[in-house]
Amino acid sequence: MDLPEWKRARGGSPRRWGVDQFGAMLLRACGLMSATLVLLMLGFLAWYAWPLLGRSGELLATSDWEPSSSRYGLLSMVASTLAVTLGAMLLSAPLGVASAVFARHYAPRPVAAVQRRLVELLAGIPSVVYGFWGLITLVPWIARWRGSGSSLLAATLVLALMVLPTVALLSDAALGAVPGDQARGAAALGMGRWAAVRRVILPAAMPGILRAWLLASMRAAGETMAVLMVAGNVVRLPGDPFAPVRTLTANMALEMGYAYGDHQAALFFSGLLLLALVAAGALLAERLERRGARWSMVRSEPGSDPGLAPEEAIHG
Amino acid sequence: MASSSTNRADALSAAVLWTIALGIGAALAWVLLDVVRGAAGATSPWLTYLSSPPADQGASGGIASVLVSTLLLLALALAVALPLGLGTAVLLTEAATARGDSSLVSVVRLAMHVLAGTPSIVFGLFGGVLFVEVLGLGYSLAAGGLTLGCMVLPIFVRAAESSLRAVPVEWRAGAAALGLSRFACLRRVVLPAALPGIAAGLVLGIGRALAETAALLFTAGAVLRMPSSIGDSGRSLSVHIYELSMFVPGGEAAAYRAAAVLVALLLALNLGAAAIVRIGQRHGAQG
Repeated sequence: MDLPEWKRARGGSPRRWGVDQFGAMLLRACGLMSATLVLLMLGFLAWYAWPLLGRSGELLATSDWEPSSSRYGLLSMVASTLAVTLGAMLLSAPLGVASAVFARHYAPRPVAAVQRRLVELLAGIPSVVYGFWGLITLVPWIARWRGSGSSLLAATLVLALMVLPTVALLSDAALGAVPGDQARGAAALGMGRWAAVRRVILPAAMPGILRAWLLASMRAAGETMAVLMVAGNVVRLPGDPFAPVRTLTANMALEMGYAYGDHQAALFFSGLLLLALVAAGALLAERLERRGARWSMVRSEPGSDPGLAPEEAIHG
Repeated sequence: MASSSTNRADALSAAVLWTIALGIGAALAWVLLDVVRGAAGATSPWLTYLSSPPADQGASGGIASVLVSTLLLLALALAVALPLGLGTAVLLTEAATARGDSSLVSVVRLAMHVLAGTPSIVFGLFGGVLFVEVLGLGYSLAAGGLTLGCMVLPIFVRAAESSLRAVPVEWRAGAAALGLSRFACLRRVVLPAALPGIAAGLVLGIGRALAETAALLFTAGAVLRMPSSIGDSGRSLSVHIYELSMFVPGGEAAAYRAAAVLVALLLALNLGAAAIVRIGQRHGAQG
């Protein structure tokens, strides 16, 4: 039934019409305020970054960060952010998809339910606790090999564990949206379970899996606390995995408290950079979601677990 | 008839996937057990710990003032996110087909996507400027709560939107056929049916706010005293863990204990949200 019919239905009394009109205005006001929030955020970041916006090229191309002598090169921190994100994704992207494939196509149903619950638990642990755990257990363990332990490697490992549930839960949803007919068709052709997964199910779920990877890497790039606590925070170009690095987010958290003038502008500039990255990612993710939605018309997996939507279980 | 190579590939992939799944379980157990073991070494009873004021910068004593600050922050965040988020979610679902609103709806939806992906430290910068400086709130629970409200908004909107969408269109059409206005239909039919999902979204939003640290460093601050009003700076439980583990010598044991409290609260919230969804599915129209 189409909604526009209500327009005819509600045409009854003028009083009711007034309530509806008022309600619609209220809703639009709410929506506008929510949307304005993004613009406000962009506006404020740009406003505070303004003094240095004209020198963006220089900021991004140089790597000495010495606020006391007005040098604001962000290159090494941008590179560090990219390095920890890439490292974390190299680990969590295959493992997360493997976890989802396990839950959907390999595990017996009760095991799959337990596995999914465990991944949700992992998603529910706050980043500051991951950071603390990394600081107490992982850092001393790495220090036994080489260096102080607070390092690119520590940050990568903690981040990988943190975004693993994001990849796993979103991939799980993507696999669940692949029509069951496809798996049954593959079985009817005599394909084994692995062949069906690799040649039929994974390709069909690919837009959703790409979206999972994209959202997870956005999360990794934006993560502050866990990285701040284990990365050592020395400004330098990443290279040696046992050497400390400082990411853009950690830099903001460390220096925001006392920065003013151009120094503050440089920090807001890095915030703007991250926000631009995220906005681009959000656009891309939405496009992938729309492509993935082709399948959801026929979503009919009886074995799926009626729990929370994957997006809702992810936070931190 | 499956060939032997197919069988081998299936057995091998099963072995690999079981190993990975067990490894993920082991990683979770490692983190959780480490926190539990670290917290179990504490000497004072838990009730005393929760109800007494902190001492030695938090390295000893309790977390009473931290819990009060955390509760005030959560209450403020909800006061912002609940009305605004519900209104936005209703706009996204109910007004989506109305004339002239479709472009507003797509803009709002995109804005929610961007907000949901925005790093928390960026929310911190934003809140530190808008609420702390421009609105003159200073480092305060009010500024922190408002910032958290902005962060929680997209999560709550998404949850509320999906549960509103799950209410069958026929119910709305039925209400319209009975001569109910759209507003009456919303209030008496759609919202009650979507209530469990909305409540679950609320609980998840609280969880997100509770877990947040970076956005609070430069908005709510880290003052350990008992706040006397929302104009005071206050330290949330998550910020407490950060401060203890990074800046307080000998704060490790206290950090473990605070982490155990935080994780327990979050687990309880997640279980609560899942239970609400399940109850809703049993009794309502969801699913």
